[in-house]
Amino acid sequence: MRAEPTILHLDLDAFYAAVEQRDKPSLRGRPVVVGGVGGRGVVATASYEARAYGVRSAMSTREARARCPHAAYLSGRFDAYRAASALVMEQLRRLSPLVEPLSLDEAFVDLAAGDALAGTADVATVTAVAERLKADVHEVTEGLTASVGIGSSKLIAKIASDLRKPDGLVVVAPGTERDLLRPMPITTIPGVGPATAERLRRLGVHTVADAERMAVDELVALLGRAHGEGLYRLVRADDDRPVVAEREAKSISVEDTFDSDVVEQRMVDALVERQATKVVGRLRAAGLAGRTVTVKVRLHDFSTLSRSTTLPAPTDDVRTVVALARTLVHEVDTAGGVRLLGVGISGLADWIQEDLFGALGATGDPGTGSADPAVDAPADGDPAAAPTTEDAADIEAFTVARPWPPGADVHHVDHGDGWVWGAGLGRVTVRFETRRTGPGPVRTFASDDPGLSRGHRAEGGASDPPPASG
Amino acid sequence: MKFTVERDLLADAVAWAARSLPVRPSVPVLAGLLIEAGDIDGTEGLRLSTFDYETSARAVLNAHVSGEGRALVSGRLLADICRSLPNKPVEFTIEGAKVSLTCGSARFSLQTLPVDDYPSLPAMPTASGTVDADLFAHAVAQAVTAAGRDDMLPVLTGVRIEIDGSSIALLATDRFRLAHRELTWNPMTPDVTAAALVPAKVLADTAKSLASGSQISIALSAGGSGEGIIGFEGQAGGGVRRTTTRLLDGEFPKVRSLFPAEHVTVARVDKAALVESVKRVALVAERNTAVQLAFADGSLTLDAGSGDEAQATELIEASITGADITTGFNPQYLLDGITALESPVVELAFTQASKPVVLSGADSIDGDADSDFRYLLMPRRLLS
Repeated sequence: MRAEPTILHLDLDAFYAAVEQRDKPSLRGRPVVVGGVGGRGVVATASYEARAYGVRSAMSTREARARCPHAAYLSGRFDAYRAASALVMEQLRRLSPLVEPLSLDEAFVDLAAGDALAGTADVATVTAVAERLKADVHEVTEGLTASVGIGSSKLIAKIASDLRKPDGLVVVAPGTERDLLRPMPITTIPGVGPATAERLRRLGVHTVADAERMAVDELVALLGRAHGEGLYRLVRADDDRPVVAEREAKSISVEDTFDSDVVEQRMVDALVERQATKVVGRLRAAGLAGRTVTVKVRLHDFSTLSRSTTLPAPTDDVRTVVALARTLVHEVDTAGGVRLLGVGISGLADWIQEDLFGALGATGDPGTGSADPAVDAPADGDPAAAPTTEDAADIEAFTVARPWPPGADVHHVDHGDGWVWGAGLGRVTVRFETRRTGPGPVRTFASDDPGLSRGHRAEGGASDPPPASG
Repeated sequence: MKFTVERDLLADAVAWAARSLPVRPSVPVLAGLLIEAGDIDGTEGLRLSTFDYETSARAVLNAHVSGEGRALVSGRLLADICRSLPNKPVEFTIEGAKVSLTCGSARFSLQTLPVDDYPSLPAMPTASGTVDADLFAHAVAQAVTAAGRDDMLPVLTGVRIEIDGSSIALLATDRFRLAHRELTWNPMTPDVTAAALVPAKVLADTAKSLASGSQISIALSAGGSGEGIIGFEGQAGGGVRRTTTRLLDGEFPKVRSLFPAEHVTVARVDKAALVESVKRVALVAERNTAVQLAFADGSLTLDAGSGDEAQATELIEASITGADITTGFNPQYLLDGITALESPVVELAFTQASKPVVLSGADSIDGDADSDFRYLLMPRRLLS
């Protein structure tokens, strides 16, 4: 913990939904939910209007629709979010070179590492800096608001930014940190999730003040050494974690959520193989190789499992990654059905370990020389594990994104830029408006209308990438 | 069944036999350790056996047997108990479905497993020859460094043993490196030739556990078709130890031709200095980096890390013959090879930066090369 409030935490308010409301004037002031819109979707962000109806992040879209049927349900435009996020991060880097983004909409800034404070870190100075930052963010993003918390540690800054959302600003004066924390529920402390909270609740610990009364030994006995000692310190606002500047991508991954559960093992294998192939394609395009292969599986009951394995050396070989991903997915019992599958590679490096047998070609290669990844099934694999061409169409059905996802940017040759209002039954309905036009008219077209295309054409409009399942 | 046995003899034999117990037995009896008491190979004593259908282990030891018999008990539990017994004679008796074990004031009663369900162990094949136990243990330890651990390529998890008259070659590779060890032995028939693919882990464990004896006899089943097994017999803890294991199926790749015939650059470096230096520079990049080696002007420069991360560099003395060369390796693979060498000096022989390096030992910077053990390692390839 520092003597001065020099750690800033910025959190963009209802970020994805706010970007949608900015770019879709007819949705301003109305409930907006961004997330998976299919039968299996989960809410990523709900606008404050939708939160009033009890819609929350991570809730299933089905439940959200039940609570707030009249909200606009949009599937998300990540390019637009990334663009807005980049503008905000740029503002943060003007304050200090030490910026630690946590996600697209959240970051820590170490003000002490920059010259924005000009040497004086009293509450009045940091408040003025934060006020200016909020105004700048609002201006460069054309209307997004952020909540800012400033304190003497990451813990305090993050808690402070959450105190007066949306559009809030809280600076916690040095010396008042513990008074601030004491009345708060223990779940406010990072790392105290439902499981830890439940264990603490059984001992009558509900607030930070309750936990503060526990001895370090008691917490260690309850939660284990690392977690127990960490919590002992955090409830005393004792947090020395430094702000760590952004590092380059640590992993590359592909994930698909399916409209209906995938039950057949053969289909799971085929999907994983396809994802592994895609991940390796991205890895290679980035000129990288990786050591750790991870498979993520969300089962029919929403339980999410990850399995990973680390190679002794980095690889960019599709056969190796496919074989590992398949072995990993076999460690999970997927017989009950799979709603989400993902394959990722981490431990990235700019080199690969070459194979001694590679130079010899197929001769002398111990059974790894096949060009077809399907042939390299695990040695004990049954022949049915290899996908056949007739599966290809089924795989498409599982993974091809909707051509006109709700909320996507589109352009029509006669009507200009707009967004998909709804689609189905061979038709697509578009509202022709952009962030600068004000609310616009709605028109319906055949979904194969040659005049209609994805993305915006006008200057300044965010554009969507072609449909991708990644 | 009733017998009394020295605690140390028993503990050693039980621990040895229990090594090959399966962690997750496919049938419960395979978790058992079979105790046979009576006349064992003409001597009064015990035979302790374990078997998991792949590997069998048999330990023979002396004991005072007052009632012959046999019993099957949980091997892991027995090993744990024996390890912690006080140094006093141990008395075993079978009482109905239980075995009672008394040692000093400690008394245990163990459930027995159905001995009739226990599979019969494979017979030890006829001995093919003998080898010095310590030499064999060292040679195997060197060879298995390069053996694969990937169960998807079962052939590469084995060590190929090639016997040609009085010489044995051990070969192992995981595709990225290759270890080749030559040693001599005493074959029963002078012109014997044979080859076997032995699971590397079993071979390494067995050779190590028999290293304290003077000789190991190796027995290779003659049958060329399918179910080949190999047996090892040696001495440990005052008794005879025998292991058999099933040979791996499949064709080991033709690897000897991978060693380059000629070298463009040959460098010699002090082994201890090189090991320390590789370990130090490899610290910087979370094990995802390669270590670059540049040989020029009588020195070796080691580098690791990249521009955005921590970097490390170190320069050590090297004796270089031939052209300058710069290449790089997975630091762990490089260390595995260097530390497997038993000589004080490492010789690195290169043809091209993108071609494998041959590591071998030498007794000094300008002394004789030791070609009994060679480690071939493929370099890293930079992607950009």
